[in-house]
Amino acid sequence: MSQQEITLILNAVLALGQVVSANSGGFQGPSIDDFFPASVLFAGTPFALDRVLLVRLFGTAVIIAILWIGSTRLKVVPTRAQAAWEFLMDMPRQGIVYDTLGKKDGDRFMPILLTMFFGTLAWNLTGTIPGLQIASTGLIGQALLMAAIAYVTFIYAGIRKHGTGHFFKNTLWLPGVPIAIKPVIALLEFLSTFIVRPVTLTLRLTMNMVAGHMLLALCFLATNFFFFSVLGNGNALGFLGIGTFAFGIAFTVLELFIGVLQAYIFAILSAIYIQMALADEH
Amino acid sequence: MSHALILAASQGSGSPSVLIPEVPDLVWGSIAFLAILVVLWWKVLPNVTKALDARRDAIQGNIERADAVQDKANALLEQYTAQLADARSEAAAIRDQAREDGKRIVAEHKEQATVEAARVTANAQAQITAERKAAASQLRSEVGSLAIDLASGVIGESLKDDAKATSVVDRFLAELEASEGKAGAQA
Repeated sequence: MSQQEITLILNAVLALGQVVSANSGGFQGPSIDDFFPASVLFAGTPFALDRVLLVRLFGTAVIIAILWIGSTRLKVVPTRAQAAWEFLMDMPRQGIVYDTLGKKDGDRFMPILLTMFFGTLAWNLTGTIPGLQIASTGLIGQALLMAAIAYVTFIYAGIRKHGTGHFFKNTLWLPGVPIAIKPVIALLEFLSTFIVRPVTLTLRLTMNMVAGHMLLALCFLATNFFFFSVLGNGNALGFLGIGTFAFGIAFTVLELFIGVLQAYIFAILSAIYIQMALADEH
Repeated sequence: MSHALILAASQGSGSPSVLIPEVPDLVWGSIAFLAILVVLWWKVLPNVTKALDARRDAIQGNIERADAVQDKANALLEQYTAQLADARSEAAAIRDQAREDGKRIVAEHKEQATVEAARVTANAQAQITAERKAAASQLRSEVGSLAIDLASGVIGESLKDDAKATSVVDRFLAELEASEGKAGAQA
């Protein structure tokens, strides 16, 4: 579902809400302020904790517990729980890291890439968990931080492997390009590699999570509004709430999928950037 | 309320920007990331590696054990086959030997029997011959003396003179034998 479609649906529902609410209280839609609630701890300091950040820490604690406890009980012959755990571990380990980087380089960058995957996974999935219902990756700081780590890591990997000069030459000065347009290509490559990559990594993750939250919140707030304000006032239009509720459930499933997918995409793109920096020739 | 969510992002002077991170976001983001990184690096990944190694060793060990057992079984089978072949050839040798022995024993016995039979025959013949000779000589002396007694009685002439008597008897017997032979031939 594209951004335009989402916007269209939002506008339609909001407009409907406005029509209906002309004589009944008014519909309060979701807002970006959901991601910026008031601080509850250490307000005003760099360590200020609000609800979203508490959810982030909760997700962190849960994923650490799952990974740590699971890893201490590994048997040669797995139980069912262990098989599930191993599936969870194998997906990024084999599917992202080893398949992209190979065994040797894969082992070098395994901890960072797995942290990106599991962290993003945990922080994304809080968006659909009842009671939490906010994905803390919707705050741009987390995505920006990880994009910066990916950025530094792939540049480090390239420079370590080829030396500074060779790395930039490999990346920017492509072989097989006519010498006349080489500078232009180099400029484009520079933009694509060193500017666009971190920006897209950051924005793709954050905006997906923000949009997902808006969509879910809109569906459920609309359901609430239709049932308790509209239907409560005796207006039969309130039965539209059944539809919005169904959409809310469907989008919850979609959000679960997107949460996993974005974690996968973030980790595998970082792995691919490292792999490209390590590659000998383009 | 006429603004949709995209507009909501840039709306309101009080609400923070979606695109500019706040300091606590970065701080807690770093802490959370580091916490996961440290646990993964120091605990989880070594444990996973260890478990996978143990599993590989176990599988490899099982395969090796199975191979060893297979080898052993193959060696035993070979040994048994060899033993069986040995036993077969030995049995065949024993059979051949027995057959030969049997033949030899039969031949020996046959020879012995032949020799024995010949000996018995020879003995019997010798005995017969001796008896015949004895009978003939006895007959001769008895018939001679009887005939002489008879003749001397008839002609009154003493034929006590041995030389004469003997020659007379001999002539008489020769004539007798000759006449007997003739009669035998005619009959």
